[in-house]
Amino acid sequence: MTTWNSWLFWPNSVALSVLALAVLAMLFLYAARKPMHGVIHSVCALLSQSTRFIARWLFLCADNLKLRNQSVLLAHGQENQVTVIEREFERVGNMVRKDMQEFPALQRRMMEEATRIEEDYRKCGEIPPPPPEWVSALQSVAKIKTGGDIPRKLLEDINKSIQKIHDQTVAEFRRSYEERHKILQAMQPSWRSLEKMAGEMDKKMLTLQTDAKQIDGHMGKLQDIKAKENKTEHALTVSGFVQLAISSLVMVIALGGAFINYKLIALPMSEMVGASDYITNSLKTSDVAALVIILMEASMGLFLLESLRITQLFPRIASMDDRMRQRLMYASLIFLVILAAIESSLALMRDILVADKVSLMRDLASAAPAGSDGLLTSIPMIGQMIMGFVLPFALAFVAIPLESAVYSMRTVLGVFLVQAMRGLGFLLRFTGLLLKRLPKVLELAYDVLIVIPLLIERWVIGMRAGSPGAGNTEDKEISKLRRAA
Amino acid sequence: MNKFLTLLIVSFGMILVSACGDSRIHSHAVYMLVDTSGTYAQEMNKASKIVNYLLATLNPGDSLAVAKVETRSFTEKDIIAKVTFDKRPSQATSQKRRFKNNIEVFAKHVKGSAYTDITGGLIQGAEYLNETKAGIKTIVVFSDMQQELGKGTIRDFPIRLDGIRIVALNVTKLGTDNADPRRYLDRLAQWEASVRKAGATDWVVVNDLENNIESILATR
Repeated sequence: MTTWNSWLFWPNSVALSVLALAVLAMLFLYAARKPMHGVIHSVCALLSQSTRFIARWLFLCADNLKLRNQSVLLAHGQENQVTVIEREFERVGNMVRKDMQEFPALQRRMMEEATRIEEDYRKCGEIPPPPPEWVSALQSVAKIKTGGDIPRKLLEDINKSIQKIHDQTVAEFRRSYEERHKILQAMQPSWRSLEKMAGEMDKKMLTLQTDAKQIDGHMGKLQDIKAKENKTEHALTVSGFVQLAISSLVMVIALGGAFINYKLIALPMSEMVGASDYITNSLKTSDVAALVIILMEASMGLFLLESLRITQLFPRIASMDDRMRQRLMYASLIFLVILAAIESSLALMRDILVADKVSLMRDLASAAPAGSDGLLTSIPMIGQMIMGFVLPFALAFVAIPLESAVYSMRTVLGVFLVQAMRGLGFLLRFTGLLLKRLPKVLELAYDVLIVIPLLIERWVIGMRAGSPGAGNTEDKEISKLRRAA
Repeated sequence: MNKFLTLLIVSFGMILVSACGDSRIHSHAVYMLVDTSGTYAQEMNKASKIVNYLLATLNPGDSLAVAKVETRSFTEKDIIAKVTFDKRPSQATSQKRRFKNNIEVFAKHVKGSAYTDITGGLIQGAEYLNETKAGIKTIVVFSDMQQELGKGTIRDFPIRLDGIRIVALNVTKLGTDNADPRRYLDRLAQWEASVRKAGATDWVVVNDLENNIESILATR
């Protein structure tokens, strides 16, 4: 209130003082009109150009980053594709090698079977029945012109002979067919064996064909990657997002396991490193020690999977010679087993400590000791010990989603960063555009504040315009003032 | 890579070293004064329950001492049992059991004293608590807070209870308090004024031991 009063020329008449102040301010603003317009223009131009410059730089950076992301993404995709193709080729190669090894034996078996069938077939050849000689005899008898008993007798004899021969021939024919049937029956397993062999070959050929199609598909993808097609890049980016989501989910599950693990060993660790030591105000040393044990287990698991070449986070381990890698694998495995054993014993100790504490509490409360049920109390203890031993090994597998997350995180972060830079660039460009138009608005707003002096100025100029010697410049000034007014 | 590993090992070592030097700041030390004068000696069962509660609540690394209020209490001889619990929980549990037995033995053979020197007990308690270097220090006074000093016992001088919480437990009303409650209220007010003047961080009175027992110990 005092401050306000100090601005008043006549504190008793506020309205008059305010009016006087307004007039003075108006006069000052009118006098400073041109320099103020200049300041508004300069500041806005400076800001506008700066924002436009930064926006351009951001867009440029975003483009560069996108190119870099693209090259990293494609390189990673190419590497993955090459690995997949190599593995496919290796698999197919193994299959072909195995099949080709079997092929001569198979061919020999098939040839043997074919020879056997051929022989059997030859044996099956039909024996033609003996020529019917009795037909010519019958013709000779028919040529005898004189009748009597001789032809009849001859015919009867012929009939008897024919009958006899016929019976013999039929019997022989039946026997022969029986033998052929037997041979044909014996051929059946050979046919089946051949059919089976042909089926096996067919199946193998079909598998090879499918594998070849798969390899074709992978090769197509590799070609697309090498050709740097947008579709492939998009697919790889989406794959990166999916990978990150899946691996994050698995890692969250693993984190739950690690938390259970931590709960199992935090209390017994206080028996080792002391329960009253603190690292910070709320962080106990025993808790940190338990956490360190869990992290060591995860690290050993990571080294184990690295040395088994399941993951490839450390190029140095991947490039080690096989002997050294094997040593590392055994060392990691031994450490992991030792840590699992330690954890199992800690779980046992936890159970003992908890039981001891419960017993003390009962003593302090002067309550009767609870009856112990051996089996029921043993089950949680055994369960804890088993969990303590198994969880480190389960935790070891977290290296696989971790690797996936690490690689896909690069892609995802890159995409987000590019989008963020573009968004910021757009915002700055828009701001620059606004700042470009702003001086005009500010100029007009400024002129509104000093509208009375401007009107007077216009009136004076108008008066002068009536007199000779007034130039075009003054006309322009008048029109400008009118616009402003 | 080697440089990074060295840095990691050094920083981890530093954390461990700093952790070792920081242990007592988080510990809790409690000195319990038990009034054994006159009829208050009959309240010993309640005192045992309070001790049991303290034993159940204190953690490894904490300290606990129980002393009786005698005619002249500024002496170590009045400390019935004292212990600083081991850092290992299993050892701490054994110590708690032994401590409980000591208190039970004392409770069975408690003898009433002629006078009540609470101030002497407070000075002795403050000395003990300061020696423990604990982060949180509490003196629990299980008494009716009626001080009666024997002839030649001088306690009318300023005492130091800096950084110590004072908890008055089971402050029973005397026969004269019933006739004139102002005596009881004045007694408590006087004690509060004197302990706060001595530098105590807090003054708490707990009479409802069934429901308010958690107020004895401050949260860490």
